[in-house]
Amino acid sequence: MLTTARFWRETPQRYRMEAGRCTSCGKVWYPPRRICGECKGREFETVRLPDEGTLYTYTVIRVAPTAFVDQAPYAVALVDLADGTRIMCQLVDCEPEEIELGMPVRLEFRRILGEGEAGMLAYAHKAVPKR
Amino acid sequence: MRDVAVIGVGLSAWGELWDRSLRDLFVEAALNAVEDAGVDSVEAIFVGCMTGGLFAQQEHIGALVADYLGVAPIPATRTESACASAGAAFRTALMAVDSGNHDVVLVGGVEKMTDVDGGGATAALAAASDQEYEAFHGVTFPGLYAMMARAHMAKYGTTREQLGLVAVKNHENGSKNPHAQFPMKVTLEQVLGSVMVADPLRILDCSPITDGASAAVVCPLEMAEKIAKKAPVRVTGSGQATDSIALHQRKDLTFLESTAAAAARAYDMAGCGPGDLDVVEVHDCFTISEIMVMEALGLVEKGQGGPAVEAGETALGGRIPVNTSGGLKSKGHPVGATGVAQIHEIVTQLRGEAGDRQVAGARRGLAQNMGGTGASATVHILEVA
Ligand SMILES: [Zn+2]
Repeated sequence: MLTTARFWRETPQRYRMEAGRCTSCGKVWYPPRRICGECKGREFETVRLPDEGTLYTYTVIRVAPTAFVDQAPYAVALVDLADGTRIMCQLVDCEPEEIELGMPVRLEFRRILGEGEAGMLAYAHKAVPKR
Repeated sequence: MRDVAVIGVGLSAWGELWDRSLRDLFVEAALNAVEDAGVDSVEAIFVGCMTGGLFAQQEHIGALVADYLGVAPIPATRTESACASAGAAFRTALMAVDSGNHDVVLVGGVEKMTDVDGGGATAALAAASDQEYEAFHGVTFPGLYAMMARAHMAKYGTTREQLGLVAVKNHENGSKNPHAQFPMKVTLEQVLGSVMVADPLRILDCSPITDGASAAVVCPLEMAEKIAKKAPVRVTGSGQATDSIALHQRKDLTFLESTAAAAARAYDMAGCGPGDLDVVEVHDCFTISEIMVMEALGLVEKGQGGPAVEAGETALGGRIPVNTSGGLKSKGHPVGATGVAQIHEIVTQLRGEAGDRQVAGARRGLAQNMGGTGASATVHILEVA
């Protein structure tokens, strides 16, 4: 179950799409890390990820985890953002048959989970088709 | 380092076993392995278990099984690497023996998965993904592999039919395995017409939920020749590797780097390559997994897994038979037990005891086990001693 502290710790990433950019090699890590997986650097600057990108791959979840049963079917995607960073998020506001690899998408702030058995009300970004 | 041999293997009953507990399943498998080995005592236990806590509210699996085997106070340790927990246990047992720390070691795995409902099982398995950046968004394990499948199809032209043919082959093999949980044969039409779980993967692309345990007895090769009931099987290669836990951090979503790295180490240690294998067990948790593992092991070139399955290269009687046991798909997949169950099949093949699914004259086999979406992998090579 999602708890308040667990959700709160990730709010900079979920609300503002904050990532860590390694000051020695430039690699952007989402979520931020303490040690760069590329160059082992330990200094980072906080950057906000761009809110536009393209669809790399996706699936449509039809058998959902308990907390998401009410939302099924829903699409989950890997999105390549404009700066090259890849993120995972839901893809909404479109029918499964409208989804095409490579399609342009935009990130929007949406509700992930309602309050209840799943725990607390949770928000983060979801991708929507850029029309 | 001492050479190590497998001298005994055993399985418990596998299936949806409401009348059987976690401890009971492991004890059954362990007794079968010890009986098969012909030894009357072991010095230590390594037991794989992915998430006794989430599935059965039971942790501390090492002490539990040592107690119920009546062998306390010997040391017993549980290993966890998601679905590669038993592969990791096997490698840990090898290191305990080749280092000289122990002589006769019991190794295995167990998972009791049906005490929770479908949603509970989905949630427990999802704990092997990145909880905050994957599972948080509602993705499931079939969903993660579905994303890899779609990327593989887009990059290499792998077809929906080729994925289905993995299931057809593995159920065909499983129909020859008396131990298989789902020994029925399936047709390509049945796979392609089965219920969609996470596009493009359907229910017959997925391995099942299974209660079960596996076990093996390992000891120094030199000792094996004196104490074992049957001809020992030598472990000649062992490798283990990791990759990013989350898919969004992979350099190439269509290639299993951890399996490739574990295999490179195992091949190097055994002094052989993918062309020198007679029989292979791979972690086909989903049909796409088998295709990607074949490529990572070097059994085929990158992108050629699908065409190789279609051409029958990996069927019984083909160039390199893969998953003669029926694989996770047909034999069953008690997640924490799978790695040593694969060792069980390779040992059975190398002993010439595989019955209708025997690969004639098999002398060298490989077992590949992985956890999560491939964030953990183990590869072991076994040979007729
Ligand atoms: Zn760096």
